[in-house]
Amino acid sequence: MIAALLVILQVLVATAITPLLVGVMRQVRARMEGRVGAGLLQPYRDVRKLLAKEPLRAEGSSIVLIAAPLVLLVSSLMVVALVPLVTTAYIPSIPSDLFVVVSLLLIGTVALALLGLDSGTAFGGMGSSRHMMIAALVEPTVLMSVYALSIPVGSSTLSRIVLARGADVTRVVTPAGLLAVVALVVVVLAETGRLPVDNPSTHLELTMIHEGMILESAGRDLAWLELGSWLRLTALLGLVVNLALPWGLADTAQPLALLIAVAALGAKLLVAGGLIAAAEVFMAKVRLFRVPELLAGSFVLAFLAVTASYLAG
Amino acid sequence: MTAVGGLLTVLMLTGIALVLALVTPDRHRSLASGGTSMGIGIAGIFTGVAAITSPPKVALVIPIAVPGGLGLDPLVLSPTPLGGVFCIVVGAVGAVAALYGIGYAHGPAASRTGWSAFALFLLGMLIVPSAGDVVSFLLGWETMAVASTVLVLSDHAERPAVRPAAAWYAVMTHLSFLTLATGFALLASKAHSTTFARIADAGITGPTGIAAFLLLLTGFATKAGLVPLHVWLPRAHPEAPSHVSAVMSAAMVKMGVYGIILLTSSWLPAVSRPFAVLVLALGVLSGSYGILQASITSDLKRLLAYSTTENVGLAVTAVGVGMLLSNAGQPEVASIAFLAALLLVVSHAAFKTVLFLGAGTILKATGERDLDRLGGLARTHPVTAWTFGLAAMGASALPITSGFVAEWTLLQAVVHGDGRANTMLALALPVTLGLLALTIGLGLLTFVKAFGMAFLARPRSDAAASPSPEFTSRPGTAAMGVAQVLGALSVWGLGLAAGPIATAFSSVLGYSGMVTSEMGGLRLVTIGVLDPVALGLLAVGLALPVGLLVLVLRRRVPRRATDLAWGCGGVRTSPRMEYTATSYAEPLVRVFGEALRPSRSLEVSQLGDDRVLESRVAFAQELTDIVEDRWYAPAARWLRIVGDQARRIQNGSIHRYLGFSFAALVLVLVVVTLP
Repeated sequence: MIAALLVILQVLVATAITPLLVGVMRQVRARMEGRVGAGLLQPYRDVRKLLAKEPLRAEGSSIVLIAAPLVLLVSSLMVVALVPLVTTAYIPSIPSDLFVVVSLLLIGTVALALLGLDSGTAFGGMGSSRHMMIAALVEPTVLMSVYALSIPVGSSTLSRIVLARGADVTRVVTPAGLLAVVALVVVVLAETGRLPVDNPSTHLELTMIHEGMILESAGRDLAWLELGSWLRLTALLGLVVNLALPWGLADTAQPLALLIAVAALGAKLLVAGGLIAAAEVFMAKVRLFRVPELLAGSFVLAFLAVTASYLAG
Repeated sequence: MTAVGGLLTVLMLTGIALVLALVTPDRHRSLASGGTSMGIGIAGIFTGVAAITSPPKVALVIPIAVPGGLGLDPLVLSPTPLGGVFCIVVGAVGAVAALYGIGYAHGPAASRTGWSAFALFLLGMLIVPSAGDVVSFLLGWETMAVASTVLVLSDHAERPAVRPAAAWYAVMTHLSFLTLATGFALLASKAHSTTFARIADAGITGPTGIAAFLLLLTGFATKAGLVPLHVWLPRAHPEAPSHVSAVMSAAMVKMGVYGIILLTSSWLPAVSRPFAVLVLALGVLSGSYGILQASITSDLKRLLAYSTTENVGLAVTAVGVGMLLSNAGQPEVASIAFLAALLLVVSHAAFKTVLFLGAGTILKATGERDLDRLGGLARTHPVTAWTFGLAAMGASALPITSGFVAEWTLLQAVVHGDGRANTMLALALPVTLGLLALTIGLGLLTFVKAFGMAFLARPRSDAAASPSPEFTSRPGTAAMGVAQVLGALSVWGLGLAAGPIATAFSSVLGYSGMVTSEMGGLRLVTIGVLDPVALGLLAVGLALPVGLLVLVLRRRVPRRATDLAWGCGGVRTSPRMEYTATSYAEPLVRVFGEALRPSRSLEVSQLGDDRVLESRVAFAQELTDIVEDRWYAPAARWLRIVGDQARRIQNGSIHRYLGFSFAALVLVLVVVTLP
């Protein structure tokens, strides 16, 4: 029961902090590029604006147009509920199993891809096709990093992995642990459509992936899509920072511990987001057909992590 | 009902089905024969359940006497619990497909031959997992092979492509019979018996054992459609009538998996031990190669056929992982891998049935199975769209379907194998996981493509734009919809009730480390818990507030229909500008170009002498199966040359033939008189 309440709290905190994370990332980028920027709170205003606007329905579109944004949002919320962000507690019958988390992310991926196809335009199909190709090629790295992380603990349950890493600092800095986290970072960039895989702020038809799929959505559909995608970023980025710095998470419902946990998550997330945004300023999107090379590289890292943890262990 | 009683019912119903198929007039034949075939399937389910819950103490024994005193043991029909699992698969798939066939079968498939062959096909597939001896196993096997060949040939008068497909199928399936018969002969001669129990007790090893193992493995792998013996599958499945494709793909190929499991666990466990890596490699390669081919093809039924190769590959991968782990002295985790194999078999049977039936409805409505020419069918065929979509989720292993549960179990087995003390495991397990993950990823893309291209967006051809309606007034057509819905429910039901099913399978495997969790999920002791119901409840819980918010907003700002949401002042473009299945897979073809070797031609005709203006651009792409081109085509050429040479000794001269006969007689006499 307490675990369930903690999970609800985690979902609320993550949802509340997500637009701020996006705001920070955009603002950091704007300032470094010499622009004033829209302010840290702009994403909150964007969501409110979109929710109040009229959604459109193109002739010939199916229920996917309405359902896909909601499916993406709910799948992202589920990921946020399962991944240990604020608390390592979990509901006993739904442990934060990494394979389950990955499959939940895939539901969102599929919903987006179908949305892109449903619009029946060339851009939607193009985005969908590229999106699914990247999703397919990123899958080996994802599961391999999961594998590498689960070997030392003997479990693919995220909470147990984070707890074990937090209890023993040497686990964090083993070659296997580091390699797995680095591979996971590439995964996060690919899954959330950041540079160098996809440019989140582009509308240039030759390069867009994510934007191509959501081009036909408007009003609250678009709001759900944006929020769902941002939540994915929060969940995955939060997972990486908690694996790299596995401290500060609350495992009980003590108010002080919870307060520290929320503050720690906020600090870790915003700093990591700011760093990513800063790095993106100096980076260009790679050609679509160079992305597989990037993913193959990260796969090799994850593979090395697995073999290293067998040989070193 | 006991298992033996169930088998007797199956035999009786097959007899009735044959009589009905022969005597009923054309108009009522599909209903009568289809109904009886459904009965055969249901009796098969009962047989399987009885075999699992109370393993039969009595067996159906039929003594056979062959002149010449070959010393054959009697035929024994008595399904083991493992056989029971496969009886259930065959029975359930057969029943649903027969129900669908009542509405779907037409023309040759609904003829006397068609329905008789269908009943015999089901009978053969039920005999194989019930067989307790070599002869009845092979009898069942051959019945299944011949009946399915007849069914594949159904439409040979309408489409010329059917004949080469049936020829490929007949050749491959009989090569498989040949290797099986030879392998069994080796076993029987060593064990001095044809019953499986005595063969297992004989503990055969040595060169004979190895030869028998390789022969049997080849035979079973051919039937299972494993790479590189899969070539018949992408030809035969698309050309057969859809309800037959469903049975072939969802049930028949599983007999190959059944054979491989029996071979490695019961008949020749000692011999097969060193070959664990071979089995694993067969499985993993089939998985990734099958899904790669499926992801780039645009023929819907061919796509489903390649996906069958993939899924059978996954099941065999699980068997291989299990063998490897039990070799390494990790029986607990090995049992999880074997459990995953059974779960994969069952879940694939469920979703592949629905997918093939859905393809059948599309084919019937539009006359098309080329995804490049479909689209927008969700509006006209909602039942098919929903059932196909739900089953496609199972095929892509998304939560909380049966496919998801099965793949989760397999992945858990892989990551929990301990490679610390064992270099072989430390290498084999990560490679397996990497290829498995690629398979899963490409599987997702494949089914997004299949569903999206067929059901979403706008129709890409006139046939897809004005399909015949889903339920016509023809009697029996509603049966098609009912069959699809039943199948789709089973895909999700098997996922939600994962716990009890996996517990039953664990008892079949004699594994005690698995229990049903509180909400009917799967708890692998010391490894983890997967509770699909709880996951579903969490999803509902999180969706509730969002749903409420949507309801409020919907009242405040209603949705507006428009011609084109963001047309930028433009008009709706032609559907020709939409992405097609071919263009959807184009990035993949580029990335995996080395492995796929597509042949492309691009013709650009200039307008007059102008170098800039082009009047016409023609693009053609042909994707062929590289295994077929590289291995089978040369083999076929070589066989043809040998055949031509062999013709020389037959010049039609009666004197030469008399000479041959005389030489043969002398040879026989010499052999007989030798000590």
